[in-house]
Amino acid sequence: MIKNLKIRALSVATALLLSGVAYAENINYVSGVTGNALENFKEIVAPWEKSTGNSVTFVPMPSSSTDQFGQYRLWLAAGNKDIDIYQTDVIWAPQLAEQFIDLADAAKDLAPKHFKSIIESQTVNGKLVALPIFTDAPALYYRTDLLEKHGASIPKTWEELTTTAQMVQDAERAEGNADIWGFVWQGNAYEGLTCNALEWVKSFGGGQIIEADGTISINNVKAIAAIDLVKTWVGSISPEGVLAYQEEEARGVWQTGNAVFMRNWPYAYGLGNGDDSPIKGKFDVVPLPTGGGHDTSAATLGGWNVAVSKYSEHIDIATSLAVYLASEEAQKTRALVSSNLPTIVALYDDADIAREQPIIPSWKSVFLQAVPRPSAPTKSKYNEVSSKFWSAVHSSLSGDGTTAENFEILEADLQDLKGSGW
Amino acid sequence: MSNSSLENGTKHRHKTSNSLSLQQQRVRAAFWFLAPMIVMLFCVAAWPLLRTIYFSFTDTSLTSLYEGEWVWFKNYLSYRELSSGRVIWRGTLADPAWWNAVWNTVRFSFVSVSIEAVLGILVALVLNAEFKGRGLVRAAILIPWAIPTIVSAKMWGWMLNDQFGIINDALLKIGLIDHKIAWTASIDTAMISVLIVDVWKTTPFMALLCLAGLQMIPKDVYEAAKVDGVHPVKVFFKVTLPLVRPALMVAVIFRILDALRIFDLIYVLTPNSKATKTMSIISRENLFEFDKFAYGSAQSTLLFAIIAIFVAAYIWLGKVDLGGKDER
Repeated sequence: MIKNLKIRALSVATALLLSGVAYAENINYVSGVTGNALENFKEIVAPWEKSTGNSVTFVPMPSSSTDQFGQYRLWLAAGNKDIDIYQTDVIWAPQLAEQFIDLADAAKDLAPKHFKSIIESQTVNGKLVALPIFTDAPALYYRTDLLEKHGASIPKTWEELTTTAQMVQDAERAEGNADIWGFVWQGNAYEGLTCNALEWVKSFGGGQIIEADGTISINNVKAIAAIDLVKTWVGSISPEGVLAYQEEEARGVWQTGNAVFMRNWPYAYGLGNGDDSPIKGKFDVVPLPTGGGHDTSAATLGGWNVAVSKYSEHIDIATSLAVYLASEEAQKTRALVSSNLPTIVALYDDADIAREQPIIPSWKSVFLQAVPRPSAPTKSKYNEVSSKFWSAVHSSLSGDGTTAENFEILEADLQDLKGSGW
Repeated sequence: MSNSSLENGTKHRHKTSNSLSLQQQRVRAAFWFLAPMIVMLFCVAAWPLLRTIYFSFTDTSLTSLYEGEWVWFKNYLSYRELSSGRVIWRGTLADPAWWNAVWNTVRFSFVSVSIEAVLGILVALVLNAEFKGRGLVRAAILIPWAIPTIVSAKMWGWMLNDQFGIINDALLKIGLIDHKIAWTASIDTAMISVLIVDVWKTTPFMALLCLAGLQMIPKDVYEAAKVDGVHPVKVFFKVTLPLVRPALMVAVIFRILDALRIFDLIYVLTPNSKATKTMSIISRENLFEFDKFAYGSAQSTLLFAIIAIFVAAYIWLGKVDLGGKDER
């Protein structure tokens, strides 16, 4: 009798434990931090915490996605149980697919609301590795006040940008504004340089490093012309230190009012219009220029997703959080608080967003010219391809060999890496 | 056992056997005292090392750690004949990026340890002198060594920043430079920046070990030199330097070991610059960032071998020299 009772009590306890109803769980969410990401995340996730009773701990990481990837890869290889959800870069899906659970079922209703191309980029062999929470496409930021003051128009081509930036910079410096620079971008040797350089090359009509079918296309005259033009910027319209800049360094120069133009992601828009920003209301954005007589510009497709670790001890709750973060509700909050671009098509016509962040509807045009990095054709070798590409570009820009020489070597290296196939 | 020998043996025999068994007891006790440490060292040093060496001979990837197949020396050196008849070499030993990293590391180690040794001795000589507030200065000089490398590297990163950095600002104001220098970005100055920070950070360590050596030197040697009227510079080269040498040797070995595996400082300050990529940086890159775990393991193994060779050579050279002096 007593034994029977004991067993019953035990089974009830087990059932309670398994159902997880009685206990609020804590989910560990890891992500890089750029700008106000940490504060904004708390605001975005609050409704989910309230409705489910669970809590989320945000584990902050460096803003460089290259740094994050190295750490995540190590954690996942070691079967780390501490992290439940990873915020993943758009390019990581093919490389980390095995370590994350399939979210296709959980997001059955949600996935069709997203841009199809983004969902496809996160699908590896039919497995939905991660759910998109925002997309990213950079644009050209320009100072409306300075262009107006010096009677310049918004540049449509990289060549125009070069002369306009030089003209405004010279004129401003002549007036005693010694710290002003024409154009800041991301030239450090890291993933961000791959994004920048891909835009220059693509907008010059020089292809996209490796085409969708796996052909290596980087060694061509248009690509070389693009990088050679950029090389003239370093030390003239861009500080020499631009070769060590990532997003935040560029924004640092820009947001202190010391740059006429900047290439950056949408997050800089909200921050630049913050109450403590000296350039509040003095700037606007347009799609990036084209160059070399080519007619369409290019913006590297960025964006972040959430993936649930298969080593998590709370897979169900983590999945529920992942689905929430990718939902219309969370994406709307995110768009409002941090000017991140939604991946849900309908939100581009949302009245609140149009009012609070007028930039987002207009970003649709930027997004339409988005070009993906060659992560899909190169699969698990993408990081190495990207590293070789940014190294070649960085060498060319810092004067270590000519672009033509570097791209010829790059082509040979990529062919070796490709071997018989990616 | 010892009882029976006590009863049966002669006095002499008894003495030997007892001392032998005491010796045996001591060995046994020593073994048990050392055992935990040996087990510990095996777990944290030998096992990872052996495993890395094992991985370097396989085609393991980070996502499937236990499914690698034995490929012999493919990660080190292999060749393939193309259909055109051209032979291409592959593997770390034929990888220019690896040799660039080796060269960077060796150059960095040589320059940084040389500068630190000279500065370390100078600082130690100053600290060895009697002056007011010596204790305070001794403590203060250790601060750079006490700051974690990541923190100091990040700190220097901001100080060396081209736009907001205090170094450029100060140099501009003094008039030494006429435009802001991008210290960490430019390939010409990247290595110099790393060297500056490393020297700043580790000179105190060098100075401390040299100071310990200086304090071992008996005062009467100096008194004798003084009586003979020997010039102070000559005293330094003929008396101080030879006597402080053993301490300096130890310090230099520690620093070489440290410098050859330099990682954290460069990872924070100039992570992807070709001019400063060292062996540790490049093997980490292959291990975790690229899909080349086994290749990275081969590089780690080579790094281990190179450090072992350097240190062995250094100790050997040092010993030969010291022996020669002793005989004289």
